[in-house]
Amino acid sequence: MLGITKSFGQVLANDHIDFSVRWGEILALLGENGSGKTTLMNMLSGIYQPDEGRILEDGQEIYIRSPKDAYEHGIGMIHQHYKLIEVFTAAQNMILGLDDVKMDMRQVDARVREICERYGFEIDPSMKVYDMSVSQKQTVEIVKVLFRGANILVLDEPTAVLTPQETVKLFKVLRNMKEDGKAIVIITHKLNEVMEVSDRVSVLRKGQYIGTVETSRTNPQALTDMMVGHAVSLNIDRPRYDNPQTRLVVEGLTCVDEEGITRLEDVSFTANTGEILGVAGISGSGQKELLEAMTGLYPVKAGSVRFLNDKGEEVELIGKTPMQIRRTGVGMAFVPEDRLGMGLVGSMGMTGNMMLRSWRNGRGALLKRKDPQALADRILEELEVVTPGTEYPVRRLSGGNVQKVLVGREIAIQPSVLLTAYAVRGLDINTSYTIYRLLTEQKMKGVAVVYVGEDLDVLLELADRILVLCGGRVSGIVDARTTTKEEIGLMMTHLGGKEVNG
Amino acid sequence: MSNVTRTPFVRLAKRTDIDPRRAWIIRVASIVIALVLGCIPMLVTGTNPVEAYSVIVQGSLLRPVYFRQTVKIAIPLLACALAIAPCFKMRFWNIGAEGQITIGAMCATYFALYWADRVPHVMLLLIMFLAGVVGGGLWALIPAFFKAKWNTNETLFTLMMNYIAIGIVAWLQGGPWEGRQGSQIIPKFADAARLPNVLGVHIGWIFSLVLVVLMYFYMNKTKQGYEIAVIGDSTNTARYAGMNVGYIMMRTMAISGAISGFVGFMIVAGANYTLYSGVADGVGFTAISVAWLSQLNPFAMIVISMLLAVLDKGSTTLQSRLGVPASVSDIITGILLFTMLSCEFFINYRLIFRGRAQDKEDGK
Repeated sequence: MLGITKSFGQVLANDHIDFSVRWGEILALLGENGSGKTTLMNMLSGIYQPDEGRILEDGQEIYIRSPKDAYEHGIGMIHQHYKLIEVFTAAQNMILGLDDVKMDMRQVDARVREICERYGFEIDPSMKVYDMSVSQKQTVEIVKVLFRGANILVLDEPTAVLTPQETVKLFKVLRNMKEDGKAIVIITHKLNEVMEVSDRVSVLRKGQYIGTVETSRTNPQALTDMMVGHAVSLNIDRPRYDNPQTRLVVEGLTCVDEEGITRLEDVSFTANTGEILGVAGISGSGQKELLEAMTGLYPVKAGSVRFLNDKGEEVELIGKTPMQIRRTGVGMAFVPEDRLGMGLVGSMGMTGNMMLRSWRNGRGALLKRKDPQALADRILEELEVVTPGTEYPVRRLSGGNVQKVLVGREIAIQPSVLLTAYAVRGLDINTSYTIYRLLTEQKMKGVAVVYVGEDLDVLLELADRILVLCGGRVSGIVDARTTTKEEIGLMMTHLGGKEVNG
Repeated sequence: MSNVTRTPFVRLAKRTDIDPRRAWIIRVASIVIALVLGCIPMLVTGTNPVEAYSVIVQGSLLRPVYFRQTVKIAIPLLACALAIAPCFKMRFWNIGAEGQITIGAMCATYFALYWADRVPHVMLLLIMFLAGVVGGGLWALIPAFFKAKWNTNETLFTLMMNYIAIGIVAWLQGGPWEGRQGSQIIPKFADAARLPNVLGVHIGWIFSLVLVVLMYFYMNKTKQGYEIAVIGDSTNTARYAGMNVGYIMMRTMAISGAISGFVGFMIVAGANYTLYSGVADGVGFTAISVAWLSQLNPFAMIVISMLLAVLDKGSTTLQSRLGVPASVSDIITGILLFTMLSCEFFINYRLIFRGRAQDKEDGK
């Protein structure tokens, strides 16, 4: 792939990226969240088309306009979210969408078995997908692309959903396929896996191609440096708050999701008044679960979250519904990651969204519109929200204005704890700084702010302390004023940041 | 760059914004298109479309007798569409109104048959009304409970409940409630169990119009209406706002079922004066079209239910006068549904043709 460029709106997801993979090798595509890895691979597999650039296979220029074209060129992608029909069997999923209708199911079964034997997969072609475990589904996806004759396989974060034992198995078949001469790309941000399985590593950062190195000649430290880059000064104002007190004590928080995978394990920390606690970590390390568990939205298996008010009285939050937490008088504001899907009602205007916090207020069955209306007007003015009016559906506003509405509302409840997840994701520079300013203002008012972020440069300048999550566990808590980007980068990928080859 | 020439002929782009007036122009235009397309089946059957349409209008609106009959068709459609509206607003696909009507009618009929000689007229009607409302509400609560508790599929669940309801009534019709042995008919109600007429149509039309106002008020001005709207947008947002999603689903379905049960009561006490297994007669399904075409706006439902009633009533006149099969009106209703639903697509998306897109890019 040469000079590949793709932009979404104003966001440049891939900026003139050159990328190559050889037959008979496993290439790791490494990069932080949002660095453009998946976008690049989606262009290879025909989901997107590049705005600029060429794709060559064996020196020949090829055009990939659809996943079907990609298959014709022997390129198959295994997505993070499996694209299987649950009620079909494994074999039926294999032939789904193929033109050759005369295919005999017995032949299909035989070929599936042959592929499985060749590379060491374990799969029953007649098993229904809904009966399968996550790793079995992944196997079906991989066999499916092989069945369709793929010679270049792209796997998007294949190990994210697997147990360590399953990962070992997966790497074994990947190596078998490599021996067979296939080209394999795995998208990942787990350094130990990169070191373990890959032959070469290509690194992307913020849509830019950084470089490619031989795995045997590099080490996790060097890769981390390539991945996070050097610190950039952002000049975010970071005043100190005089008299910090403990506001929130989290102890041994453990959460398990519906599929039995542990999302948070024994997480303990405190959040203090007048402090921004940054939370760093590779995406999916438990940030979302942490904030949702604290607000009563995510089931908690063990642990406690205690809120301490100014008089030193404690309130346990775990085991309460969001409404019960609200009723205890704990001013807990939450700016979730999914702004329109969780924090706001997209189809309603600003006023309707203000009511999400206040709709219960007042006696009787009638909705009180006056206060929310006034609040909407105030936020519109103070935060300079660009909208045709307070009744205009917020879904149609730009990302920055959507976030202003959300943050404005949450700050308006005069919280004592403010949780934010990816508060500046997708926002332009100006709005981002507005958000930083608002958060710092809250901090100086004595609010305990928790800021889950992905841009380490911002975390280093905005936060007072940084908690680093790694695989659902606390990798460490460091002072943001003295730590370095490299240190955090290493803690993100290695528990404790100490072991070099996990 | 090769893929410039490979831009597809027509592309779709989501409209970020549309003038509401323009949206209504598109909607009205779609009705006109439907009526024009409706000429095709008429021409095929050898009828003059102009004459046919005028017969439909004459036969449904222009004489008081006809008009009253048309209104009588529109009443259950309107009331049932009102019942469905909050569920659909919540994105809870209740297609079980048919069954809820049937159960409501059944419960009301019990008192009409066995209490008619015991309680006075108004009292009896009141009891029948309550029976219908409670019956329909409880019937609707069952799928909502399962959805809230185990996240079952409400579409299939409510649909299947229809057949159970119809089956129960069919059994009553041939068994315990059968009038003359072997007739398979439940006896006609006593006068005490019949709804009075106002201006020639049973009093249900007044109730339905009151219900329009009430439902508008409920959906737009109350806390419960707000909860419904939030859940319809995103259940996660609702949870975030501290709403008990399962409880609200059950409550809304109970209200919806209660109104459908009321429709059942109106049908047996106001129009049929008896009960049979086909008592709902597809009203529960047609009302879905009414609710959808009205964009869940209660006032628009008056217009749409009348429009469908005009087509329905007019077509029977069409059949008797011009010998055109009454099913022509079904075809037109179908086309109407099709155009009006697809017009929403044009309200939400705009088409970009290849040539124009190119010009735009060059213009930059």
